[in-house]
Amino acid sequence: MTGERIRDGALEHLKREGRIVIVGASLAGLRAAETMRDKGFAGSLTLIGDEPHEPYDRPPLSKQVLLGNALADHTALPRRRAIDADWRLGVPATGLDMTARRVRLGNGDEVEYDRLLIATGVRARPWPNEEEGSLQGVFVLRTRDDGEGLQRALADNPRRVLVIGAGFTGSEIASACRERGLNVTVAERGGAPLVGALGGVIGEVAAEMHREHGVDLRTGVMVTALEGDPSGRVRAAHLSDGSTVEADVVVVSLGAQRNTEWLAGSGLGAGPRGIACDAGCRAFDIRGIVTDDIYVAGDVARSPHALFGYQFLSLEHWGNAVAQADTAAHNMLSESADRRPHLWVPAFWSSQFGVNIKSVGVPPMGTEILITQGSLAERRFAAVYGYQGRVIAAVTFDNCRWLPFYEHQIESTAPFPPPFATVDRRPEGNKPLPADFPDPSVPTHGPTITLSGYSPADRKMTFTPGR
Amino acid sequence: MRLVVDLNRCQGYAQCAFLAPDVFAMHGDESLLYNPEAPAEQREDVVRAVAACPVGAILLELTDEDMAGMVSQDTVAGAGAASASGGAR
Amino acid sequence: MTQALLREIIDYANRANPYPLYEELRKTPVSHDGNGPYVVSTYYEIQSLLHDPRISSDSRNLKSTGDDPLGQSADDEGTALPPSFLKLDPPDHDRLRRMTNRPFGPPHSPHRVHDMRDELHGLVDGLIDNIAATGNLDRVDLVDQFAYPFPVSVICRLLGVPHEDEPRFHVWAETLAASLDPDPDADPTRRGQGTADARMELGMYLAGLIEERRKNPGDDMLSQLATADGPDGAMTTMEALSTSALLLIAGHETTVNLITNGMLTLLRHPDVLQRLRKEPGLSVPIVEELLRYEPPVQLLPQRTTLSDIEVAGVNIPKGASLWLILASGNRDPKRFENPDRFDPDRKDIQHLGLGSGIHSCFGAPLARQEAQMALSELARRLENPRLLEDPPPYRQNAVLRGPRHLPIACDGVLPKAA
Repeated sequence: MTGERIRDGALEHLKREGRIVIVGASLAGLRAAETMRDKGFAGSLTLIGDEPHEPYDRPPLSKQVLLGNALADHTALPRRRAIDADWRLGVPATGLDMTARRVRLGNGDEVEYDRLLIATGVRARPWPNEEEGSLQGVFVLRTRDDGEGLQRALADNPRRVLVIGAGFTGSEIASACRERGLNVTVAERGGAPLVGALGGVIGEVAAEMHREHGVDLRTGVMVTALEGDPSGRVRAAHLSDGSTVEADVVVVSLGAQRNTEWLAGSGLGAGPRGIACDAGCRAFDIRGIVTDDIYVAGDVARSPHALFGYQFLSLEHWGNAVAQADTAAHNMLSESADRRPHLWVPAFWSSQFGVNIKSVGVPPMGTEILITQGSLAERRFAAVYGYQGRVIAAVTFDNCRWLPFYEHQIESTAPFPPPFATVDRRPEGNKPLPADFPDPSVPTHGPTITLSGYSPADRKMTFTPGR
Repeated sequence: MRLVVDLNRCQGYAQCAFLAPDVFAMHGDESLLYNPEAPAEQREDVVRAVAACPVGAILLELTDEDMAGMVSQDTVAGAGAASASGGAR
Repeated sequence: MTQALLREIIDYANRANPYPLYEELRKTPVSHDGNGPYVVSTYYEIQSLLHDPRISSDSRNLKSTGDDPLGQSADDEGTALPPSFLKLDPPDHDRLRRMTNRPFGPPHSPHRVHDMRDELHGLVDGLIDNIAATGNLDRVDLVDQFAYPFPVSVICRLLGVPHEDEPRFHVWAETLAASLDPDPDADPTRRGQGTADARMELGMYLAGLIEERRKNPGDDMLSQLATADGPDGAMTTMEALSTSALLLIAGHETTVNLITNGMLTLLRHPDVLQRLRKEPGLSVPIVEELLRYEPPVQLLPQRTTLSDIEVAGVNIPKGASLWLILASGNRDPKRFENPDRFDPDRKDIQHLGLGSGIHSCFGAPLARQEAQMALSELARRLENPRLLEDPPPYRQNAVLRGPRHLPIACDGVLPKAA
């Protein structure tokens, strides 16, 4: 009873005058801060972000912004409530001292915390050759500044745009270019666009969409070098099949890297695949012991999921950032018995070539796929992925109103292939096909879900400290 | 007037695109594109769109300028430090 | 038990207030006995069935209802017209709905409904002016003098149907709307014949108009449906007929109830009415709350199962008839706090009033605009309005439920806005 009271007292004290620091001032960081204030946190709240901007929304950057329908600097996220925070924007966190409970900043400052939330997210993977990557006209797309720069470059009517990598972002960029009437070549290492995220059957549909909309799609090729002109502008790219693509704008869309380098040597279980945390968002240290004052949320987190065999999942999903931030914030301010697990079913969307692609579950776990409704050829369909006799994921193309049903199928580990009739079942929906995911050891361009095994310490990866 | 749509929730009912067509637009049959920072004069339409969304996916923040330009009881005043103010829904 | 409850719901004597019966019904989320329909009355179950691809809207998938006393006549569509998209599954439903949407809404006609606002305002102004002009404010029937003529004018203008023909198709529309109503006492054969006749006559009437619009197309929807040639190709004449019939009937028979139920509810909640007078913008949340609290379409009696399915622990066999009681789901205390309270300040209001899923109400944005404008203007202009009869006399129909007349009195009518 006495112990109980002391614990309660500690939590009350934290809520009243504790210090919470959030590293990462984007979607997850902002939503977590709002939840904390909602839950009555009255202490000091510090948000640290390396970008100089207040939290903004990224999905429009590859869609509305590139189409010229919205301005990149008009994407600031609406607030759900006032958060009364001490904002440290434009300053990266550079180190963590877990013992002293201190975050070091790039400007030499140190910020002490009682609870720390890490939501540093990911950054665009840069072109591996730094010199080529710094040629004028070579872009990545992750930040607002990236979006603004690329939008301006597209508005200059380049003769050709080359997109390297046909994941979701690359495909959306290609789609926007075509809508603007620009010539665009897409080079993808895998056999088809989206193949890493949705497999070969759906990838084939995506490939047809590209080609039908006039994209010069090259699959099974790698860009081996970018070539600049004497003024330092990119002028061409050389491909592994020996061909050359002349382009004034090159967009490197090779997926993302997790922002964990600043934690090197801190003792936290952080590595290139993210920061391992438990289902309650508490970070693991490098020994696999869960911490009690450091939490993780958003793209940078790897957390185990009960529905998917307790494997650690890394999800670069908007909805995951919101949901996980909410859970982390709740748990940071709760007694252990009141904590909640982060059991969000992965879900994402993409808008490209006028088609709405949505998915729930973990498609890359699927070994088979069944087109339950509609038809691939019409690009209006619903499909489910099967794994060991159960439904593990679903995807729809312009058929999203059925998705809640499939989400429930995944949550209830319903059998695969589904043993029931549906509306709009076509002959192609009579038999499952191999889902045709590429060998996971061969990297494709940016699957947005990564299954990363069972080890919280992430030791199998080689850790390279940031430059 | 800042807004964001949770496109995981969105099911393409297009009510927003009907009721506030200068802020929300359908791109194809099901995809929604929108202006994340709509001009203040669109406020009435956007409020209609927010209310009509069958899945409650639109989060709208009324900025200080919006609030200064109108007299209404239904907005929540906020004591924001930076630019934060109230939020509908 | 279920059958008895259903009979009570359908019983005209309970039309004014079916909600206690729905409450009784919700004690068993999926109820069924004898060879009657499976009746689903709770929010989450209805919501999930509306998104369930194992559920069909095509009555051809229904097993014969046999001697089910509540069963609808198997073929209430008759042979005059093919089923409209309301009663079709994908892909036909999706294709026809897309084609119908092309001249109506985004992405191809994004401003059409929005830009009708001035026109709607003019119609509302005119009808309220007419009420004032009668000089008799001691007894105004808000149905005959306002809530009926307003949406009818709107749908006629939108479709391009001559308004002077209204008395003719009014009868057909009533008959067809009544065919949605599972009346246990009606002679199914005779009613089926009446419905078929009405469809035939309405079909012939619209066929004439469509023929004429093909020759001289205008900017009305009928012309656009008749001459459409988008990526989905052209509608057949029969498809254009059944689609325009659907729009005409739906435009006739639903918004009138939304507006009438709305005024009735406001007159029963004078505090809200008073707020609305001062704050026209309140009509926006009021209409959403009305769609929850008094939805114009109370239930969907035309779904069927394509497989054996389990809902809330009840096994429903393939081919069974499903009734989804939207109005009951809207009052489910598991979903809505104080569900029987009319509260326009409710924040969490994802009602079932316009359905959900692929068959969600096609005309929803138009209905919303019409009702918002109607209620805010009536509230603003009618001085001291009061109900003369409570409850007012209702229409027979249990599905498209609403007052037949709404007699009120008021002290005066303010002039229209400048």
